[in-house]
Amino acid sequence: MSEIALVNSPNVGLDKTQKGGPYVNDLSTLNLGPTHPATHGIFQNILTMDGETIVDAEQTVGYIHRAFEKIAERRPFYQITTLTDRMNYCSSPINNMGWHLTVEKLLGIEVPKRAQYIRVIMMELARLADHIVCNSILAVDTGALTGFLYVYQWREHIYEIYEELCGARLTTNMGRFGGMERDLSKVAIEKINVLLEGLPKGLKEFEGMVMRNRIFMDRTQNVGAISAERALNYGFTGPNLRAAGVDYDVRSLNPYSSYEDFEFDVPVGTKGDTYDRFLVREEEMWQSLRIIQQAMDNLPEGPYHADAPHYYLPPKQEVYKNMEALIYHFKIVMGEIDAPVGEVYQSVEGGNGELGFYLVSDGGRTPYRLKFRRPGFIYYQAFPEMIKGSSLSDAIVTMSSMNVIAGELDT
Amino acid sequence: MEKLNNQQIIEALQKTFGEDAVYGIGESHGILQVTTHVDNIVPMMHFLYADPILKFQFLTDLAGIHFPEAKGQELGVVYHLHSLENNVRLWIKAYAPIEAPNFPTLTGLYASANWMEREAFDFYGIIFEGHPNLIRILNLDDMDYHPMRKEYPLEDATRHDKIDEMFGR
Repeated sequence: MSEIALVNSPNVGLDKTQKGGPYVNDLSTLNLGPTHPATHGIFQNILTMDGETIVDAEQTVGYIHRAFEKIAERRPFYQITTLTDRMNYCSSPINNMGWHLTVEKLLGIEVPKRAQYIRVIMMELARLADHIVCNSILAVDTGALTGFLYVYQWREHIYEIYEELCGARLTTNMGRFGGMERDLSKVAIEKINVLLEGLPKGLKEFEGMVMRNRIFMDRTQNVGAISAERALNYGFTGPNLRAAGVDYDVRSLNPYSSYEDFEFDVPVGTKGDTYDRFLVREEEMWQSLRIIQQAMDNLPEGPYHADAPHYYLPPKQEVYKNMEALIYHFKIVMGEIDAPVGEVYQSVEGGNGELGFYLVSDGGRTPYRLKFRRPGFIYYQAFPEMIKGSSLSDAIVTMSSMNVIAGELDT
Repeated sequence: MEKLNNQQIIEALQKTFGEDAVYGIGESHGILQVTTHVDNIVPMMHFLYADPILKFQFLTDLAGIHFPEAKGQELGVVYHLHSLENNVRLWIKAYAPIEAPNFPTLTGLYASANWMEREAFDFYGIIFEGHPNLIRILNLDDMDYHPMRKEYPLEDATRHDKIDEMFGR
């Protein structure tokens, strides 16, 4: 326990030393985690408490570290997509697309417009799923379970749309280098239309229940606040940074995958507290719906993948009767194709911030170095500063609203 | 206002730190990269942060990297800077020998550098001098090596059923 924290503690000066030793002994240590139901993931926080007040906190991370960056140095590019799924598993399609965009940048593949639009739709669906989880669980953490059930069925619906496109729900491995593996099916389009009609109703119901709820507001306003300056210094990105009042959104500042074609607003908060983070995410969901609607309305005709036979897996029926297709299939699956020498950085607006991929290629079949910029890893550092002086229950909602995903943080 | 271009950044850096201090200038998909000596990192970061035009005030990421063949400069650090106002990105690279991989810490300027540097220390053994808490972050505390260095193969080297040749590697 450091002396400095003790001096800052509000109770210093009170005479608590009548019987026992010095005042230091009155501080207690509380182990929050590593497996605690309220931390939503494997995080350990060693809190130093003065009664109900948190005096100091120290995090331990890395409980589910799986050495993705090391594994990636041994894997051909296609096999790395499955690693990205397992980072932010609440919005895996965004991770997949981010990785595909990175490799396409290195290889110089031009993606057709239709594929870009399908990607935008899938990425925005993933953002919806991510924010639904974060916001409804925040409500649950403050004691409101019902609202969670209203919106969670739509997350299930989004997973069904994923299934239509890639066959998987959570770890999607969606898309290919150069586009998508399949076009939007009739069922997928129907399901997206159902979502566009139904989710706004569910969302409104949820907002009506939670947003102006006195208890919810008391629990979240002025809790875990951070100033814009500190947030930038701590490397915040995504909704957490925007809640502090900085309008940095990768989608609008460095558009990728045709985001420049769409009209959407970037909501910002003012205080950077838990309530602002909640409101920013709510508004982003409405904006995501807007983007999906625009993409569905203007979905261009044409191919859904680039003509890049060296990198795009040929259709399976072709593999059985066409020699070139068989050769390419074999080469791609075995990872026999060398990538050009180069160094690229590509970032996308992930569910909780700027998700970056720094790829160094030495011309081999695998990356020489691949660094994932995980937003959660970088902004979770600020957690002790945000909860110092608040109570334990505030720390729980602060953590919940920061949307830290253990899989992403620990890679 | 005209958009900041990479040439302006190079000129500003060379004017302040001398032409010898900024080398390895290159561009990759629009992102400028420069290499500098380890001693220049802290003054250069402060200069880029404080300059009223450049305003590189956001540390996006910090990546360690290992080149076993480059003798005397085996370990490197790539700083990813972002000037949010100009929307320009910049990579600053520096290298140090593996026997003495000492880099200055950036925690005085960027609070976010704390864990990024711990990560680079954890995986590459890069020592950031002046760091307040330079301990392992993702790996076990009692691990006695730095796993991302190239001398540690990913797969068990004693296995004979996984010969590189068989897998086209």
